Formats: sequence, structure tokens, C-alpha cells
Amino acid sequence: MNMTITEKILADHAGLESVKPGQLVNCKVDLALANDITAPISIKEFRRVGAKKVFDAERVVFVADHFAPNKDIESATQVKMVRDFANEFGVTHFYDGGRMGIEHTLLPEQGLVGPGDLVIGADSHTCTYGALGAFASGVGSTDLAAAMITGEAWYKVPETMLFNLTGKPKKWVGGKDVILYIIGKIGVDGALYKSMEYVGDMVKHLTQDDRFTICNMAIEAGAKNGIFAADDVTKEYVKGRFQRTPKYYSSDPDARYAEKFDIKADDIELQVAFPHLPSNTRPISRVGDVRVDQVVIGSCTNGRYSDLKTAAEIIKGKKVAKGVRLIVIPATPLICKQAANEGLFEIFLDAEAVVSTPTCGPCLGGHMGILAEGERALTTTNRNFRGRMGHPKSEVYLAGPAVAAATAIAGRICSPEDVL
Amino acid sequence: MSEKTFRGRAHLFGDNIDTDAIIPARYMVTSEPAELAKHVMEDADPDFAKNVRKGDVIVAKKNFGCGSSREHAPVAIKAAGVSCVIAKSFARIFYRNAFNMGLPIFESSDAPDKIKPGDELTVDMNTGVITNLTKNEKYVAAPIPEFMQKLIADGGLMASIKKKIS
Ligand code: SF4
Repeated sequence: MNMTITEKILADHAGLESVKPGQLVNCKVDLALANDITAPISIKEFRRVGAKKVFDAERVVFVADHFAPNKDIESATQVKMVRDFANEFGVTHFYDGGRMGIEHTLLPEQGLVGPGDLVIGADSHTCTYGALGAFASGVGSTDLAAAMITGEAWYKVPETMLFNLTGKPKKWVGGKDVILYIIGKIGVDGALYKSMEYVGDMVKHLTQDDRFTICNMAIEAGAKNGIFAADDVTKEYVKGRFQRTPKYYSSDPDARYAEKFDIKADDIELQVAFPHLPSNTRPISRVGDVRVDQVVIGSCTNGRYSDLKTAAEIIKGKKVAKGVRLIVIPATPLICKQAANEGLFEIFLDAEAVVSTPTCGPCLGGHMGILAEGERALTTTNRNFRGRMGHPKSEVYLAGPAVAAATAIAGRICSPEDVL
Repeated sequence: MSEKTFRGRAHLFGDNIDTDAIIPARYMVTSEPAELAKHVMEDADPDFAKNVRKGDVIVAKKNFGCGSSREHAPVAIKAAGVSCVIAKSFARIFYRNAFNMGLPIFESSDAPDKIKPGDELTVDMNTGVITNLTKNEKYVAAPIPEFMQKLIADGGLMASIKKKIS
């Protein structure tokens, strides 16, 4: 049949035997997602056309994570509008307050998305769920409004780029380093329009969390989606968690690819993306002396329990460098609880870090850690565009949790080896 | 001629025509289609709005509609009477916005290099065949599937849904 995994999921959801790149298809969606910024616009569209119900009250999800807990009157008003809508139309999956986590961490954790799904989200990092063997892609609020009403969305079938990952990652190297390395190679428009598919013997060494991080940043290479076929690691992850029946797809051996890349673990050092593009990467050995004012560990990219644990391992028994603010933001309430129970909070608090409730917060320069003019942050988030975390003349460097933790201790960007 | 075929004269543009060239930000104070149409393509061709006739076709090279995600761009083109846009490629967000706003667009690798300004064209949505009546040539673009033709005929995504649910 020579189809890729992405083509197969799209074909199945369009009720077609097969599809090929460039084809326009109309697909049934398994889940439609919006957040406190995008849902209000979709809701306005929904009401404007006079829709009477959502296509399925169980399959529409709203997460108030960006400016939450409500940071000001405007954000409170936005969330109230979404809450009122959820009540009126019986939308069960509305998350705010102490139930709220960062959407792209919360949905997989709560089992709302799973293998074989087609997910549409009014947020560019919706592509995260590709790590479960799902097709997931971000759209605008109009597309989302349409999907909320009809349960359908149209797509242009993307071409696929194949990334063959081989070898075993070095110590401390994680999903973030792999994806930053790839984006550094292909550029921020290197995968424009396309699907990024990952295969190879490195995959078995990548945890489910590593894969979420890798798919999360597909959009930073311009891609429509990123995807790993589900293996035993994924099956174990979704067991007892995913609320629907998973469907496992994989690419045909003779599937057609637009391009192929070989990525070797031996070549991947810990990575840092310099301002102001995620593709502006350097291996840690070539970073030089870069002092920082703030370190953030969190976001839908690296705010999972494993990220916090990696950071805690490095930070344990030490103090955050003088003049540096370390902000740790667990991505969901469950991660919060686990981190508290396993003693991670104690390690962070003893190190004199700020520990926050789940929120997107500083990732988009919203609140909870904004940078002043001339300040510099190293963060585990996914975007380092000019002014992303605050003042237009501030700087953002991206890295994984290991480099972030070491940097907070040393006060300059460095490897864990330098502080252990 | 069926309503699935467009006919009009070609207006040529180059690579990377961005949404600011299609409808400059200084006119974003309105979202009234007729008002936007008065300034369409102004920064790429100041006489375009004056010269364009109903049914005419915009023909461009690579990456048409790049830049900001404003939905005003396809709205302005459509309101000016342009029947469709042919380009070598479209920027991703413009591509979605165009269909969602009910503006038919066609990707063709060879047509934009062969068509000359003022050539009389017909474009068939079903087959994707572009016929150059002036030069007596044919080119191919991907056809537009039926469900998308319906969306275009209804006037765009939300208009189509409104029709469906009322
Ligand atoms: S954590 Fe950052 S990237 Fe992720 S959803 Fe929130 S704002 Fe977007």
C-alpha cells in the first residue's frame, strides 16, 4: 500500500482506502481542544453561526492554562466565558483551578488522547500527541469552531520526512537535545507543511516523555505534525489510562518519503538554542561563558515528572547561584503531587527555588517570571523568539532539564558534569 | 460554461507575495470586504484594484500569502471579483484561510511560468485543468475535491456550516 503512518491515520479518518501527499481530505476528529486564549474566539464563531450543540460533549476539551490561575481581570473574563460555555453545552472536559494542567501534558496523562487518534487543537503545540502514534496538529480558532460543531476537519495530506535515529543517547542527553539537534540541522522551516516521522534503534532508548518532547517541537521546524509509531513503551504508557480503544498504525515498508535523515546518538551532545531562534543551536561544549538571571524548568515541552526528577538529581543538596532565580513549574496537578510525595519539592525549596502551581506562565511571557530589559534566561520551554519571556531586549536560551538545573546552580550555562 | 469553471484574464505576480502586499496593515481598520477590495494587492501593483474585472485570475510564483495570518487577505481578493488564485505554492496559513474564506486556489508547478499578463484563462475545479485560451496551452493543477467545492460554493467554512445547521 506504500503509505506512511500519517497517511494511514488521515485515510482512515476520511473513510478512504488510501491517500497521497497533496490530496485534500475531510476527516472525522477524535478530539477537539482549545485553551483560555483560543477557545473564546472559537466560541464567538460557534455562537455567531447559531450552532445549538457541540458534536460530542465528551470530545471537546477546554484547558485554562495560559494565564491561569487567572492573572488579571481580562484573563478571568476569558476563562469565565469558556466555563459558562462548557456548562451550557455540557462539555465535560473543562479544566481550571486545581484540575488544570498544561494542556499538552494533561491530555495524554488523563488518557484523553491515545494511539491512532486524530486530534485537532487550537494551539500550535497540539503536535505533542504524535508521540503516542496519533495524528495531531494545531489550527486556528475558526477551524476549531468548525470542528467543535461538526466533528470534522479538512486537511491537505502532508509529505513526510523520515528521521532514522540510531544509537544510544549519551548520559544526560534527552528528548530535548535530540529535537534541538535536529532543528539546528534542518532549520525553523526545515519541515514546513510536512510530517516528521521518527524510526530507528534509538527509539527504544527514548522514554515516552522524551518522545512527547520531540513531537512537541515539530512546529518549531515548521512541521504539520511529528509522529512515532506506538511500541511497547507507548502501549505500557496508555494501559489503564487511555479511555478509548487504541488503534495501532505503522508505516508500510515501501512508504514514500520526501526526504530521509540519519541522526546518530554519538553526534548528539547536550544542546542549547541561543537567541532568538530554536534552530540557533550549539552543543554545550561550545556555549562559552553565558551568565543568566533566571532559569525556568517547566512547560508542555519539559514540565513532566521525569524532567523534574532529572533536575532534582543535579540540584540535590546545592543552592541556586546568587543573583539567579530558579522557577520550577510542574505541568499538571498529578506531577505536582508526585513531586511533593517523592521529596522533589523539598530539594527545590532547600535550593531556594520558586515552586509554582501548574501554568504556562512565563513560557509565553504571560506571568510568573517575566524578564526585565537586558535580562537573560535559560529555560526548558520551546520558543526563544525576541521578547517571548518578557522585555523585547531580554534573551531566552533553550535547553533540557539537565542543563537547566546545572545552569541554575552555576549561574552560567553549563553541563551537569560541571556542578556534580 | 459550468459554475465549476472559472474564466478571466491573468494578472501576474512574483515570489513571496506576503499578506501585507495583498492587503496592507494600514487598511486593517475595517473588515468590510468591499472596503478591503479597494486596496487589494496595492503594494504589489497599485493599479490592480482599478484594472481587475470579475472572474480574473491572480497568477503568482512561490509562497503566495506568506507573512501574517490575517484572514482579510483571501477576503479582499475574493471581494475584488478574482475567481481564483494559481501559484507554484502557497504559504501554509494562507492555504487554510483561503479555503476557509471560500477563495479557490490552485497549485501548479508549470502554469505560473508559462502564463503571460492578460492571457485569457479557464480553470476547471473538477479536473484542475488550466486552459490558456490566448496561447492555446493546457496546464494541470490538483483538482478540488467535491466537499471542498461545496465549501467554496457556500462561501467558506463557517458559512457552509451555518447552512448545514439551519
Ligand atoms: S507551555 Fe508554552 S508552548 Fe506549551 S501550551 Fe503553554 S504557552 Fe504554549
